[in-house]
Amino acid sequence: MVERYVMSIDQGTNSTRCILFDHRGRLVSVAQKPHQQHFPRPGWVEHDALEIWHNLQRAVPEALSDVGVGTDQVAAVGLANQRETTVLWDRRTGAPLGRAIVWQDTRTAPLVEDLLQRPGEEFFEERCSLPPSTYFSALRVRWLFDHVKGLQERAQDGEVLFGTMETWLIWNLTGGADGGLHITDVTNASRTMLMNTRTLTWDGELLEFFGVPRPMLPEIRSSAETYGEARALLPGVLITAALGDQQAALFGQTCFSPGEAKCTYGTGGFLLLNTGNELVRSRHGLLTTIGYKIGDQQPVYALEGSIAVTGALVQWFRDRLGMISSAAEIETLARTVEDNGGCYIVPAFSGLFAPHWRSDARGVIVGLTSYITKGHLARAVLEATGWQTREVVDAMNADSSVAIEQLKVDGGMTADNLLMQFVADVLDVPVVRPMVAETVSLGAAYAAGLAAGYWPDLEVLRRNWHRAAQWLPDMDPALRESEYDNWKRAVERSLGWVRAPESS
Amino acid sequence: MAGPVQSIERAAAILRLLAGGPRRLGLGEVAASLGLAKGTAHGILRTLQHVDFVEQDEATGKYQLGAALLHLGTSYLDVNELRSRSLNWADALAARSGESVRLGTPLEGSVLIVHHVFRPDDTFQTLDVGALLPLHASSLGKVLLAYGTAITEPAQQPELEAYTRHTLVDPRQLAQALAEIRDLGWAAEVQEMSMGEAGLAAPIRGHGGLVVGAIGLSGPVERICDSHNRPRPHLITLIREAARAISRDLGATRW
Repeated sequence: MVERYVMSIDQGTNSTRCILFDHRGRLVSVAQKPHQQHFPRPGWVEHDALEIWHNLQRAVPEALSDVGVGTDQVAAVGLANQRETTVLWDRRTGAPLGRAIVWQDTRTAPLVEDLLQRPGEEFFEERCSLPPSTYFSALRVRWLFDHVKGLQERAQDGEVLFGTMETWLIWNLTGGADGGLHITDVTNASRTMLMNTRTLTWDGELLEFFGVPRPMLPEIRSSAETYGEARALLPGVLITAALGDQQAALFGQTCFSPGEAKCTYGTGGFLLLNTGNELVRSRHGLLTTIGYKIGDQQPVYALEGSIAVTGALVQWFRDRLGMISSAAEIETLARTVEDNGGCYIVPAFSGLFAPHWRSDARGVIVGLTSYITKGHLARAVLEATGWQTREVVDAMNADSSVAIEQLKVDGGMTADNLLMQFVADVLDVPVVRPMVAETVSLGAAYAAGLAAGYWPDLEVLRRNWHRAAQWLPDMDPALRESEYDNWKRAVERSLGWVRAPESS
Repeated sequence: MAGPVQSIERAAAILRLLAGGPRRLGLGEVAASLGLAKGTAHGILRTLQHVDFVEQDEATGKYQLGAALLHLGTSYLDVNELRSRSLNWADALAARSGESVRLGTPLEGSVLIVHHVFRPDDTFQTLDVGALLPLHASSLGKVLLAYGTAITEPAQQPELEAYTRHTLVDPRQLAQALAEIRDLGWAAEVQEMSMGEAGLAAPIRGHGGLVVGAIGLSGPVERICDSHNRPRPHLITLIREAARAISRDLGATRW
């Protein structure tokens, strides 16, 4: 019998990757194409949506030919994507109307300030469960309407289409201007500020508020269901899943039950907790988001806590201070000492994210004495990631009816044993790393394979998940409490550093 | 800008090899350890001798580090860097073989476990990172010994410890086994550390082919070996592929 595979497309911030997985969820082949980052002005970040589509056109054949697999052996394809990145294009020609505005782009900051004043957070949270922030797509569409002449009128006339990256790629894969499917999934739609998180449909009041015409919006579909057949690139292959990247990682880590949580440690950290079919509104600084929705089943909600600076602090230590020559050496340096020597680093480089949300905070190093060596600083660098994780987990436990009993981790920093042990120590729960590190791609593949019948049910996917490593808590509770107290006092000292500009 | 100069990479590898221990090495040992032709190794050694980085003993003709180098110090591949670069390949090896995977580097006459991936059956297992294994009785250790990355020190260990009746305790037997490992490119350990257990390992090479560590898998002897106690060929293939992939990542272009 000819072996069949599931293909996953991960359209990420830095690259577009195409990965094939086999029945046991093992990675069979990978092709990756980076794309250019455009920084036209301070705070602006843009991608060329056509370049990304062209990259996919190169990555897909490469992933197949590397292992001699034909399109007839691809059972289904699923997409995961960088969330919130916004692209508008011409319905008739398929040409993007300007570059895509990336999730990191902060050009809408003044608009956020206005919205917080009027109509205020409550108006938005009641409908889309999100407070106004520069991340979300609706603000970018509004910004484009305000800055590109005639765009809003063209959108009203139905000439312009809106999408996040999965929408753009699916539209192109299914025929583009010649009848391409214009769809998004609930997880991506939940990051626009335009979808009502209870009804999972575009919210009339929010559309009206942002002045977004309905004809430009994609149809909201489940995360896993048969969307349609690809016509370009993978002719005849069913496209059966799409999820935002962090939700895909939650799915790839098989966090299918309420109380299951994963944290992806990269430049920043993203912790998502499955809260089941219950929409939990955070009172502790977390975001409510859709975890996934399979076919016509009830949606699964999630709480999300994002930490702005985790791996980025190690990079800073390497590139700006030059204390280490590779990121992995932070562990070597940290192991030259027994403890942090009383030193703490709060990496509030651009304020603090969850659960504090303080834009007036800036980074501090506290507890410096003549005793402190660079080894202690290296410890403090790693511990900062541990304590920030603890703060988010505390907030999640306070918001949710089920406490986190173990944390599944992925991302580059999981290679750091000292850090992973520290996370287990400060959370006082086991920390486990799965055997497949590519959890984002795996999640998209799982959702796609599930919808296509390649895998029968969630239980089979769970059985595919294997522990590659586990760290058990091993810290004196009294020490944990006193260290946490020290960390909190360090955080206090980071707050209020940036003063509002004096009005003249 | 031109690419790296191969002969300089090899010279660096020879220096690291000589820096690995107090013992002097003959031309043949240097060439075999690095997988170089004798003529090539000789040319590089003569050049290093010329710049005082290497000295040759007049009586035996064997080589050791030169005085000029002692002030330069030595640096090895950081073990945490090695783990970080090996992570995906070690995971893939465990997933495909169904066995637990370990990476080892030498530390003071033993093998230091620097990375450990659990056997993918979700039974309770604990991380071995930081643990030490004997050089002569583990597959990882035998790889490190075979390629000159680690040495047994006769002064400290007058006798090789016997862990089981299969442990190689006769220095001549061990030397013969190590020569075989260099020929084959992989090492096996069958019930030499504990009865019922076996392991396979292959060298991880850095720049210039210098062996910087070893990657191995281990498990019950009946799963690692066939009914004649011979290592299963598909496991050998998997482990050599993983070792080669990591070596390529570390810049060992020929492997």
